[in-house]
Amino acid sequence: MSAIRTEGLRLNSLDTFTEEENMFRDSVKRFAVDVVGPKVREMDEKESMDPTIIQGLFEQGLMGIETSVEHGGAEASFVSAIIAIEELAKIDPSVSVMCDVHNTLVNTILRTYGTKEQQDKWLPLLSESKLGSFCLSEPASGSDAFALQTRAKKDGDHWVINGSKMWITNSHEAEIFLIFANVDPSKGYKGITCFIATKEMGVQIAKKEEKLGIRASSTCTLNFDDLRVPAENIIGGEGKGYKLAIQILNEGRIGIAAQMLGLAQGAFDKAVPYTYQRTQFGQPIGTFQGMQFQIAKAAVELETARLLTYNAARRKEEGRSFTKEAAMAKYWASQVAQDVSGSAIEWCGGVGFTRETGIEKFWRDSKIGAIYEGTSNIQLQTIAKFIQQEYSR
Amino acid sequence: MRPSAVRLLNILVPIKRAVDYAVKIRVNPEQTGIDLNVKHSMNPFDEIAVEEAVRIRERLKDAVKSIKVVTIGPPKSAETLRTALAMGADSAVHVEIPDSAPSPEPLGVAKTLKALIERQKEGVDIVILGKQAIDDDAGQTGQMLAGLMGWSQATFASKVEVNPEQKVANITREIDGGLEELRCKLPVIITTDLRQVQLLNEPRYASLPNIMKAKKKPVEKLTAAELGVDITPRLETIKVTEPPKRVGGGKVANVDELLAKLKEAGFTGKRA
Repeated sequence: MSAIRTEGLRLNSLDTFTEEENMFRDSVKRFAVDVVGPKVREMDEKESMDPTIIQGLFEQGLMGIETSVEHGGAEASFVSAIIAIEELAKIDPSVSVMCDVHNTLVNTILRTYGTKEQQDKWLPLLSESKLGSFCLSEPASGSDAFALQTRAKKDGDHWVINGSKMWITNSHEAEIFLIFANVDPSKGYKGITCFIATKEMGVQIAKKEEKLGIRASSTCTLNFDDLRVPAENIIGGEGKGYKLAIQILNEGRIGIAAQMLGLAQGAFDKAVPYTYQRTQFGQPIGTFQGMQFQIAKAAVELETARLLTYNAARRKEEGRSFTKEAAMAKYWASQVAQDVSGSAIEWCGGVGFTRETGIEKFWRDSKIGAIYEGTSNIQLQTIAKFIQQEYSR
Repeated sequence: MRPSAVRLLNILVPIKRAVDYAVKIRVNPEQTGIDLNVKHSMNPFDEIAVEEAVRIRERLKDAVKSIKVVTIGPPKSAETLRTALAMGADSAVHVEIPDSAPSPEPLGVAKTLKALIERQKEGVDIVILGKQAIDDDAGQTGQMLAGLMGWSQATFASKVEVNPEQKVANITREIDGGLEELRCKLPVIITTDLRQVQLLNEPRYASLPNIMKAKKKPVEKLTAAELGVDITPRLETIKVTEPPKRVGGGKVANVDELLAKLKEAGFTGKRA
C-alpha cells in the first residue's frame, strides 16, 4: 500500500501508522485487556487505583513514552503516547487519564522546558517509578486559571509556597508535583511560575473527591503550608509559568481527546456484539433497522472523533500549528463519548443499566471530558478566536 | 574436578504467523481453506517458546550466548519476527516465501530448520518451539526435526531446566497419565504446551522501550532455494467445509422424564 507521492511529500490517509506504532498498539491493548480489565469494576467501586496497575504501567514503559532512552524512556513518537492513551481508555478511562497526565503534561514540561540538569534529575524518576501530578487549578480558579492565588516568596536559595490546589489528578498516588504559583502578584499572570516539588518536601494531600466518573483516578485538594522548594526547582524560568501552562495544555488536549475516543470505542465495542446476540421478536435486536441506523450513526461519530484526534496529533509531530485542531478534537471527542456511551447503555437495555457489565461506567466516565483540561465552552471560545482571526481581515 | 570449557548456548526459536486465536474463522467461498483476510499474530504456542527462551537466559545469564528466532512465511511474517525481537530475542531469520505460495508443511519446515541449523557456524544447542500451530494443528514439526537431526526431543514441556556445564536439560512433560521427567543431552528439541501456560510461563507483553530497541536488531532474509530445501507441499487439500451446525438439545421436566429420554437414546445399562 503506497502513499501518493508528490514532490517528495508522502500523503497518507489519517489512519496510517508506523510498524512500531502498530506493534505498540497491540502490546498496550493486550496489557489493558489482560491486566487492567479484570480490576476495572473493583477499582471503580472502591474509588481507588490498584497499585499493581500503576506498577504495570511503569513496567511496560508506558510512563516515559516520548522520553529519551538516556532518561529511561522509549523515545517514541507523540502519536505513540496518543495510541497508549486510547487503548487504555477502551478498557478503563481512569487508568488512561493517569497515563495521559503523566506523559503529556508532566513529562512533556520537563522535556520541553527543563534544563539539562533538571532533565537528568527528574526524567529518569518519572520514567521508572514516580508518578507525576500537574497542579494548576484552585478553588477559585478553574477556567480562569491564571487568577490563581498560590504564592511563592523568595527566601535565600529557596522559595516558600503557600496556597491550595483543587481537582488535581493523580495526586493521591503521585510523588512528583508540578505546582504553579505566583512569585509577583503585581505583575499579574506574568508572575506565574512553575515549581517542581516532591511529596517529602511537604506537599499535603487533603480531601479526595467522591466523583460521578473516573472514580479510580484520584482527584484531591492539595495544601501548601510554607512549603520550601529549592530555587533550582523552577522550571522554564521565573514568570514563565503562564506561557508554559498554555502550551502544555494545548498538547494535553489531544491526550484527553484520545481518552474520550478510547472511551467511546470501548463502550461501542462492548455493546454492539450484544445487540447481535440478544434476540427479541425472533431476530437479533441489532438487525432491526432502527437499531442499525443508530449504530451506524455512532460509528460515524467515532470515525470523526478518531480523525480529529489523530490529525491533530500528526500536525503536532510535523511541527505545524495545532491549537485549533486540538481544541476541536477535545471538544468533539468528549461529545462523541457522551453520545456513544449513552446509546450503548440503551442498546443493551436493562443489562446496560446494571453496573455488572461495565457499560454504564463509560457513560459516567465520559462526563468529565467536557469539563477538565479546558471546558467545552473554553474550547469553543478558542476555536471561535481562530475563526475570527481568519475571517475578519 | 576441573569443569570442561562451557560452550555458550545458542537457542533457536522457530515461530509461525497464524490466524489470531480470537478470530471467528469462516470457510472461504471456494471451500479450499479458511478466509485469511483476518487478523494474524504469533502462534500462541510459539509465544510461549519465545518467552521460555528469554526466561532460560534470565536464569542462566551469560551462559546463553544468543536467542535467534526464525520464521518461514510471506513478507508479512516480518511483523511476527519483530514481536519476538521485542520480547527479547537477539536476531531473526526470515525465510521468505511469496504471498501466493502455499503455507509450508511440517516436513518442509523441519528440513528448512535443519539446513539453517547446519549453516550456523556457532552451532545450535536448544531448539524450542510450540508443540503445534493453531491453524493446522499438525503437531509434527518439532518431532520431525528431531528425527532429521538425530537429536533428543522433549515434547509438551511444562518445565525446562538447562544445565550448561553438564550439557543436559531436565524437562517435565505433561502426558495423559501425569508428569514425565526426561533428562536430555544437548542439543535438544523442546516443544512447548499452551495447556500448561500457568506452569511453563505467561508470555510478557512487549514493552514500548523493547519495541523501539527491536527496530535495531538484525533480521537476515533468506529463501528456501538458498538453503537448498524444497518446501513444495506433498499434500493436496481437496475440500474444506464447516462442521455440521449444532442441533439444539431438549429440556426435561423432571428426573423420570430424563430417565425415559436416556433409555430411549440407549444410554442406560440393564437393570440388575
